[in-house]
Amino acid sequence: MDEFILIMRHEDGAKLASPEQMQAWMKQTMDWIGGIATQNKFVSGTGLPFDSARVVTTKKSKSIVTNGPFGDIKETIGGFIIVKAESIDEAVEFAKGCPVLSGEGNSMEVRKIAKNDGAH
Amino acid sequence: MNQQELIPHLFRTEFRKITSVLGKLLGIDNLELAEDIASDTFLSAMETWSYNGIPDNPTAWLYIVAKNKAKNHLQRSKLFTQKITPQINYSIAEFDEIVIDLSEKNITDSQLQMLFALCHPSISTEAQIGLSLRILCGFGIDEIADALLTNKETINKRLFRAKEKLRAENVQISFPKETEIENRLETVLLTLYLLFSEGYYSESKDEVLRKDLCLEAMRLMHLLIENEQTNKPQVNALLALMCFQASRFEARKNNEGVLVLYQDQDESLWNQELIAKGVFFLKQASQGNKLSKYHLEASIAYWHTIKADTKEKWDSILQLYNQLLQLEYSPIAALNRTYALSKVYGKAKAIMEAEKLNLSGNHFYFTLLGELHTTIDNQKARSNFNKALALAKTMIDKQTIQNKLDKL
Repeated sequence: MDEFILIMRHEDGAKLASPEQMQAWMKQTMDWIGGIATQNKFVSGTGLPFDSARVVTTKKSKSIVTNGPFGDIKETIGGFIIVKAESIDEAVEFAKGCPVLSGEGNSMEVRKIAKNDGAH
Repeated sequence: MNQQELIPHLFRTEFRKITSVLGKLLGIDNLELAEDIASDTFLSAMETWSYNGIPDNPTAWLYIVAKNKAKNHLQRSKLFTQKITPQINYSIAEFDEIVIDLSEKNITDSQLQMLFALCHPSISTEAQIGLSLRILCGFGIDEIADALLTNKETINKRLFRAKEKLRAENVQISFPKETEIENRLETVLLTLYLLFSEGYYSESKDEVLRKDLCLEAMRLMHLLIENEQTNKPQVNALLALMCFQASRFEARKNNEGVLVLYQDQDESLWNQELIAKGVFFLKQASQGNKLSKYHLEASIAYWHTIKADTKEKWDSILQLYNQLLQLEYSPIAALNRTYALSKVYGKAKAIMEAEKLNLSGNHFYFTLLGELHTTIDNQKARSNFNKALALAKTMIDKQTIQNKLDKL
């Protein structure tokens, strides 16, 4: 069994959702994660609130901090969870159920997590 | 109370106190000696009281006799000079000064320290439960065997090995260091929860004994709560959970001892006093920022004290199970979560999720599938209940499943 990270990508993090929308979305997300945990496949995860986010870049060896995460690129990460899965296909099946995908242009990135076994 | 009732009653309340205090004084190496002296004290009481009548203050009598027996033993025994003296830091010259302190405070402290020693991570949970029942609850070996549905021999062996192990590990009968409390407390809470569950779910025919197990677990929880250092949110949460569960004790079995399922229970038999206590301890638990599994389980149990099926109730239960499963997976939580899902989103969605559970060795899994298919596809319901029936081991479980089949 390998571990995979499922990264929730929002097409436009600057779009504000109403509190009601936020609440409904939270509940759906919790049900989605609960469904994975019910199969004993949940490892860990967290949401990443947009407020008080910063982006650090460097220009000519100087750090530049901007109120982020939305700079030139609007796309941003809303959260992630780590799951156990037999294969990348199983992990993809989990990702398909994420409510983030109901938002136009949003996407899920599925990546295998490197094991500390020297193979990577 | 006449003598025939008094001695067993005192045995239940005083044996554990004497054993804990003596055990603490003599050290883990001499746990058996502490038990023996306590047993011997009750033997003397039986003999003396039948000739001389019951003394004015029977408890004080027991304490004095226990103290004398302990002192006599120490005087006689080589053990004293060789082994115990260094441990209890008394020189032989001070021998007469030995104080066996049976004050209320020392009894409570000794019991609490003994609880930590017996729930030491070096011995198995089964052994922790057995030892706690013997030393902290004053249960006889046959009662323990009865409650844990095994025989005396097994229990004797288990307790013997556990004591050996505690000795070999040189476990101290003392309060854990401040930095260790959280960790050690986790084992203690798990043991007490299992002790409670043994009573709650036991198949033992002895109703009084089963209830006693639950009450003893709750009594030991109170010891932890009354002590400032162990009065932590998760401790209050677990006691709340026990109160909520125990509130249904009378309603869970009918007069023939057959299990009555939650939805068929007579609410008027639910103990409102225990429910109120549960609410109190759950409030006490909502301090700090650590959410333990006991908080989640107690909150789920709280919602179950409200019989009516409201949307709010099942929404909340589903969210609590979502959180609980992220914290710690267990098959029973997975099944209960799926049941809650059916209450919120309907049976069809729940069936889809249930089929992903991979619990096909578990009769509760097929019972749940049977429930979910009932009215949607009774044929499938029947075949699932039959699979459950084939897997169920206990009479109570078989009976419950058979009833569901009959109702189809």
